[in-house]
Amino acid sequence: MSASHESHHPLTLSGELRLETGVIINKCYQCGKCSAGCPVAEEMDYPPSLVMRMLQTDDPKHYEKLLRSMSIWLCVSCEMCLTRCPMEIDIPTIMDNLRQKSYKAKKTNPQAKKIIAFHKSFLDSINITGRLYEMGLIVDYKMRTGAMMQDVLIAPKMFVKGKLNPVPEFIKGRKKIAAIFNRVQKDNKEGK
Amino acid sequence: MIKVGFYPGCSMKGGAQEYQESVTALAKVFDIELVEVPDWNCCGATAAHNMNKELSLSLPARIMALAEKEGITDIVVPCAACYNRLSLVKHELAEDPSLSSKVASIIDLKYEGTSNIMNIIQFIDKYIADKLEEKVVKPFDYKSACYYGCLLVRPHSILKFDRVEDPQSMDVLVKKAGGNAIDWAFKTECCGAGMSVSRTDTVARLSGNILKDAVDREAEVVVVACPMCHSNLDMRRPEINKFLEKKIDVPVMYISQVLGLAVGIDAKTLGLNRHMTAVNLPVRPAKEPAVAAVPEKVVITQKTEA
Repeated sequence: MSASHESHHPLTLSGELRLETGVIINKCYQCGKCSAGCPVAEEMDYPPSLVMRMLQTDDPKHYEKLLRSMSIWLCVSCEMCLTRCPMEIDIPTIMDNLRQKSYKAKKTNPQAKKIIAFHKSFLDSINITGRLYEMGLIVDYKMRTGAMMQDVLIAPKMFVKGKLNPVPEFIKGRKKIAAIFNRVQKDNKEGK
Repeated sequence: MIKVGFYPGCSMKGGAQEYQESVTALAKVFDIELVEVPDWNCCGATAAHNMNKELSLSLPARIMALAEKEGITDIVVPCAACYNRLSLVKHELAEDPSLSSKVASIIDLKYEGTSNIMNIIQFIDKYIADKLEEKVVKPFDYKSACYYGCLLVRPHSILKFDRVEDPQSMDVLVKKAGGNAIDWAFKTECCGAGMSVSRTDTVARLSGNILKDAVDREAEVVVVACPMCHSNLDMRRPEINKFLEKKIDVPVMYISQVLGLAVGIDAKTLGLNRHMTAVNLPVRPAKEPAVAAVPEKVVITQKTEA
């Protein structure tokens, strides 16, 4: 394929992904090692090797399915797929890209609600204090998900063991952290 | 006293205080002072790179920029997840100068990318390992399953640390401390990481399989170098036991606690009392003092040439 040929056509999905991430999806020859090594493949709707195949087709229908899939949110970013890929395809980076797009386009799978709530609570904590305040994170997460009773039995023991810090640590530069959040979120809001 | 830069990360200030306590105490024995990066922020962890690419670059970049400003080069990052994020961001920004200057403007700080990010094992190897054996007063004589998890060793192309499928660095340290590091199959399998709260069942299954293999191979202790791995294997024990349908009571210790015990630091200083799964290491019968084989005096007379 010559460069001039490419420039006369709109970018394909795999071409767009390559431009954004540098990852070449078409290198995948479907050996399946990523799916074999993936610790959460058995819980996924599309295991990693199938995600690769669906992207290779450049079919918008497949792409839509992936943006709405559970797979992208179940991925734990353990990097096993990349490690075992004979073509060294950076699948975790593709998963990050798909998650970010799914969130931005408001196409997140409803069953991923808790996972996304956890991420949001996590980032809120950093936005406010500059660090992760674990107790605040848990309370915020419970408010978002309604899982009020989750882990309540373990909390007193954690407190006794000194594992729950009742007071958040605010960093001095927290306004600078908030400014960073403002700058990066300008064009990346789910907009709910 | 040698000073080394230190990025504790949020876990060490909360649920993993014993990791900070033991790392600091161990460093002190070897005359090392850990100097915190001033006013450090959270690295963003999994949440940031799942949700927002620029944020996931900016948060670690600010930490490294603050260290540069302070003249700190070597930064020890004992949390494997933080170590991974800082290393990956340093790599990505080094590869792409225009992205690097964009991030510098987002964080509103000068960023050069000169920090040397070290995980806990690299730190011990560089500053402690040579002097470790001579300081051992109480050999850690236990069958130890060294668990590396994901983020300490992957992706190898960037981290370039240890072997990727069967790493050895922690095993070597445990052996130096007098321990017996066992061979087992789950050294680098994932524990479920940040899903601990949002998908506890997944974590119970993954962490349960890891502990089952360790126990099946008669490990008396599992040794870790990551607060997330620790909290999943230690704190999620009730859920793990439920998944395995049996009670597993193998303790999970940080590598810094294992080495700390070996060099004679007391259990409380190392925070061993803070674990949710009690650390009850079997008491070994006192060994006969090893009688060193005294070689007969060999006198070598050197012939002098006439």
